[in-house]
Amino acid sequence: MAFVKFKYGKTNVISGSDAIAIGIKLARPEVLSVYPITPQTIIAERLAQFVNNGELDAEMIRVEGEHSAISAAIGSQATGVRTISATSSQGLALMHEVLFTVSGMRLPIIMPVANRALSAPINIWNDHQDSISQRDAGWIQLYVESGQEALDTAIQAFKIGEDHEVLLPVMICLDGFQLTHVYEPVNIPSQKLVDSFLPKYNPFFKLDPKKPVTMGPVGGPDSYMELRKDLHEAMLNSAKIIKKVNDEFAKKFGRSYGDGLIETYKSKDAETLVICIGGVASTAREVIDDLRKKGLKAGMVRIKCYRPFPSASLEKACVNAKNVAVIDRNISLGASGAVYNEVKALLPKKKVSGFIMGLGGRDVKKEHIAYAIKKAGKKVVEWVGI
Amino acid sequence: MGGNLMNKILGMDRKEYFMKGHNACNGCGPAIIMRIITKAAGPDTIIAHATGCMEVVSTLYPNTAWKLPWIHANFENAAAVGAGIETALKRLKKKTKVLVIAGDGGTYDIGLQALSGAVERGHDLLFVCYDNEAYANTGVQRSGATPKFADTTSTPYGKKVHGKTQNRKPIEFIMAAHGAKYVATAAIGYYNDLHDKVKKGLAVKGPAFIKVHAPCTLGWKYPYDKTIEISKLAVQTGLAPLYEIVDGELKFTKKVGNRLPVIKYLGMQGRYKKLAKKEVEEIQDYCDEHYKFLLSLEKKGRVFPRIF
Repeated sequence: MAFVKFKYGKTNVISGSDAIAIGIKLARPEVLSVYPITPQTIIAERLAQFVNNGELDAEMIRVEGEHSAISAAIGSQATGVRTISATSSQGLALMHEVLFTVSGMRLPIIMPVANRALSAPINIWNDHQDSISQRDAGWIQLYVESGQEALDTAIQAFKIGEDHEVLLPVMICLDGFQLTHVYEPVNIPSQKLVDSFLPKYNPFFKLDPKKPVTMGPVGGPDSYMELRKDLHEAMLNSAKIIKKVNDEFAKKFGRSYGDGLIETYKSKDAETLVICIGGVASTAREVIDDLRKKGLKAGMVRIKCYRPFPSASLEKACVNAKNVAVIDRNISLGASGAVYNEVKALLPKKKVSGFIMGLGGRDVKKEHIAYAIKKAGKKVVEWVGI
Repeated sequence: MGGNLMNKILGMDRKEYFMKGHNACNGCGPAIIMRIITKAAGPDTIIAHATGCMEVVSTLYPNTAWKLPWIHANFENAAAVGAGIETALKRLKKKTKVLVIAGDGGTYDIGLQALSGAVERGHDLLFVCYDNEAYANTGVQRSGATPKFADTTSTPYGKKVHGKTQNRKPIEFIMAAHGAKYVATAAIGYYNDLHDKVKKGLAVKGPAFIKVHAPCTLGWKYPYDKTIEISKLAVQTGLAPLYEIVDGELKFTKKVGNRLPVIKYLGMQGRYKKLAKKEVEEIQDYCDEHYKFLLSLEKKGRVFPRIF
């Protein structure tokens, strides 16, 4: 194995996978529980390199499947040790039942998801079906647009999830191949700077013979609803902490991503807004610049935090828009794109159109986004690029 | 016999770690196992527990029967959760023991992958399977541990098909073949033996596995005061042989010279009530062959290669 070297405190040209792996390394997790799957593989390989090379003082459990990856992470995090996993697509789907257990037990496990389509037909390329399908699992979901954001969000994720007001697991979602395998200049902060931002893990409760606790009991009809409501409220409340951590990060590192929940581009005076998630936003920015040159008042909102759903931030960003075009790289079969559905419910007075694009790695081209902006308010739901 | 007196006689920890007040059936075999194995493990232990009878009856929120740190995540992943705990303890430089507990469903069937992975990776933990030979928690369906001809709700003894049509999965051999450092079978009728085996399993460095024969009044259909008697009969007939496999070498811990006929054991249980004579004979033949095979293994010395 050729080990890749990175320069800390400097800008490096690295892949999205490198960026998130370095972000995780800088957060000093002590247990890493992972199983390989394309396109998450390089993230896991880098982490294995850090551990086996002594650059990251941690234990790596090379489990026999994703179900066990997240299950072993439960055991480790519950024992009071900062723990991560990483996966994609089918692997995330295999974790499904355990994802609910993690959040229900309020364990702040951090997990990058290299977004990839779901079978069948089997497809290793990028869309958001895998993580969008886990939106009800009680995990904070942060979607990133660039390698830099992947690294920065990884560091932030620990601070958000581990906050005693939050205590929730966090998924950091990055586009498979289109971000994981793309090389960009990324500033890698020094360990010292990260240490001054992210405190050591301080578990709210843990498995400890000195103070025995029972974790994961049976919740009957007399308690289950209250416990679910507590979890829901923790999730809603986490929006506040996500914004706070974004602000703190900006002060320390000089970089921030919108308000932490959404990022806007030329949205204030826009008549038509395009709402999207992930790397598509970079293309959308160019489209908006082109259209504005032609006199069309277009703007963009990128949802960074999909769970908790950023209702307040979105409503505010869309207040002046007449038409809204939502780009979904997922499809809730028999209904519509998931994001469209939620935006439509949030903005009953706006004309909201949904566009399904880029499933299974199909290119989302500038003309596709331009088409969506032009048709916003006129169509209901349309598949573009087929 | 009072609890303290019993503990004194048996030489077990006088403290209880699996407390009374849980919701298990009268005469529940697994509940007795929980009490004994936690005594053997002692206070410096963390338990990872699979979904199943013992999890359900012991932790109805906000109550718990456990005086040890205890975690339950899902049905099939107890071994993986245990592996995570063990890894975290390594990071924390603590010598705390890890005890994983699952029923036969969470061991032989749905839990087998996680168990296999944990043993293959060599995690230092003891996995105890309380084997009541069916999915009792969901109303007694057949599992990979259910014996042939047993009447369960998914293999009812009907006119056309007589109970379960297959025999048990040899989980002890599967674990020994994985290179588990310590493998043993136990039965609650021989509680001292069970207690000792848990101590041994926790003392070895690396993965250990114990399968405990666990009579179930609900599934096996017998009066609740016969649990220990049935367990003893299982051993005395040879249907539940007691042995250890250490570093690939099999040794009996209780050898039965004149084994009782299996009908003594089968006849006490409603799940075998409708058995035809030739089916009882088949079970006897199966039992004889297996017992003799085990005796031959004991003579051979190493029967599984050491994996190191």
